[in-house]
Amino acid sequence: MSVDVSSAASGPSSFPALSRASWQDVAAEGALAAAQSHDVDLSSEQLRSLYRLMALGRRVDRQAINLTRQGALGVFASSHGQEAAQVGAVFALEADDWIFPTYRETVGTFARGVDVVELLALFSGSWHSGFDPYRYRVAPLTTPLATQALHAVGLAMAARIKHDPIVALTFFGDGAASEGDAHEALNMAAVYAAPVVFVVQNNGYAISVPYRLQTKASSIALRAAGVGMPGIRVDGNDVVSVYGAVRTAVDRARRGEGPTLIEAITYRLEPHTTADDASRYRDDDEAAEWRARDPVEGFLRVLREGGVVDDAFLAEVEAEGEATAARMRDFLFDAPAGDPCEMFDHVYATPTAQLETQRALLGNELRRAEES
Amino acid sequence: MELTMAGALNAALRDSMREDDSVIVYGEDVGTLGGVFRITDGLQAEMGSDRCFDTPVAESGIAGTAIGMAMYGLRPVVEMQFDGFSYPALNQVISHVAKYRNRTRGRVGLPMVIRIPYGGGIGAVEHHSESPEAYYSHTAGLTVVSPGTPADAYALLRASIAFDDPVIFLEPKRRYWLKEDLDLPVSAPPIGEAVVRRAGATATVIAYGPMVTTAMEAATRAADESGWDLEVVDVRTLSPVDMDTLVASATKTGRALVVHEAARFVGYGAEIAAELSERAFGYLAAPVLRVTGFDVPYPSAKIERHFLPDADRILDAVARLLEY
Repeated sequence: MSVDVSSAASGPSSFPALSRASWQDVAAEGALAAAQSHDVDLSSEQLRSLYRLMALGRRVDRQAINLTRQGALGVFASSHGQEAAQVGAVFALEADDWIFPTYRETVGTFARGVDVVELLALFSGSWHSGFDPYRYRVAPLTTPLATQALHAVGLAMAARIKHDPIVALTFFGDGAASEGDAHEALNMAAVYAAPVVFVVQNNGYAISVPYRLQTKASSIALRAAGVGMPGIRVDGNDVVSVYGAVRTAVDRARRGEGPTLIEAITYRLEPHTTADDASRYRDDDEAAEWRARDPVEGFLRVLREGGVVDDAFLAEVEAEGEATAARMRDFLFDAPAGDPCEMFDHVYATPTAQLETQRALLGNELRRAEES
Repeated sequence: MELTMAGALNAALRDSMREDDSVIVYGEDVGTLGGVFRITDGLQAEMGSDRCFDTPVAESGIAGTAIGMAMYGLRPVVEMQFDGFSYPALNQVISHVAKYRNRTRGRVGLPMVIRIPYGGGIGAVEHHSESPEAYYSHTAGLTVVSPGTPADAYALLRASIAFDDPVIFLEPKRRYWLKEDLDLPVSAPPIGEAVVRRAGATATVIAYGPMVTTAMEAATRAADESGWDLEVVDVRTLSPVDMDTLVASATKTGRALVVHEAARFVGYGAEIAAELSERAFGYLAAPVLRVTGFDVPYPSAKIERHFLPDADRILDAVARLLEY
């Protein structure tokens, strides 16, 4: 007698014979379908915008690394090599949509329009988050891994309850995918059909730990099946493919058809942060292979071949990049620390008596230091 | 109308939801079932499943999604089914719930409430009788509230839901069935104010949550048996604590003790004792004593009554206070 265990969720099954067991095996792996091509509707103007944002992002990234070496930033997590994954994803959103980034999505959030000096506050140490999330519809750059994915799900659930047709996109990485919050976010988004797009940038490393030690699954996208949502695996260094995949997911979410998990395969060309030494855990041959697949250079090659960009446009982008870098230098070097007593201002809507006492204490210390 | 604390909490949720469309309630089993303690009974039927719904078993997910909801203008009131199961959510609570306003330089406040039935005394199995108030009270950015009476349960929960900052609302589960005559909507002093439940002159007993009843019982017995006139102060808001009221009482009586179920070491009472010794030192005839649970994992049901502070343990401590 065969028992259909799959009926367990909907009702009791009949009892099998005492000496005969029965079960159903889940097909292991192999659940990824072969790659299929899709038409992507991007005008020449949009293609140029994509390139511009990637090129500017790269310039911002290089300047941030230099500013860190010069002491203006305490530390910086580079996006070098991941420009296509971040820009392509963000480009697929509408202005009302929300982004929930990690600390590495500086290129993606810059592409969204967040002011570069405000954006880098986390790394310059002027405040934990320097920009107004409501102004840009971008949550703070977040360091506790995968925690922000749940915030995206909650915001999307709230939008759904209010009948607002917006989408929340959250980024996290292959390392963060191992966190419990990543699973809880995926599962809850699926259960409530929340309009969320999960973009996992699989850049090969969680600081020093390579993907093969993070999971035994061949793809993080496969987890979509485990929670009952569509999953997509895409070349994260191909900006048009990233845009197309994310746009498909965004449209689906906006139609009320629920979340999608997208794994973008890419590579972190720089160390984890400026404080990291990648030579301790990977050899440069591997990075060299990925440098040959540079997402910005590769895209530019295709754009040139297609006659979408000309030298004048590229010169404009370069000049804009230099102006942005100059602005970073101007405002991040010797940026004032601000009033130390502001640390008491934003703990509660109304400061408590306890905090007022401590503010007075610090005020006295500051005055004494000034006098001596 | 005679109401239990559970009934008062249920009424507070219902009245808040009726008054404000942005208030939504969710958690494990809070919808169809009405919660394992029935605190959310009937809310889904009346408000609909958009405003009161069940979640997967995922406490971090419950707290984390509430953050996103609060960011988007809702006022989520979420339930942690038991104290011992609130710990998976601690990362969200400490890293984000408590810090979001500060992280964003005041731009994003989170009006949300996390309700947690806490404490022992109901013969529960392991991990269902924890007293986690010190973890939350130690975390800057959280407001921690614990009612000791049905009237306060109603008034403080309403106030917590209307509050502009996140509130950890600790419900003394062994007092869910405590009854009081109430005319709803009952009003009470706001969040941040302690109240003197019983005025007295001999010594001050500082209590909150489940121990308010125990402290009152001790005061009654002290008056009957020993002629001691104890003052009982109900803390109500653990953080930010209304130290002025506590100091005033200790200054008046010259003797004070703090009572809580939670373990003694680095417990909530240690902070109160330290603060009283700093601010009322010259008025105190005796050191501030702590009457607490022991520094052991919460014991199993058959011996839990030996762990929990009771009127006898409080009165023993009062006797020690009077020996100085």
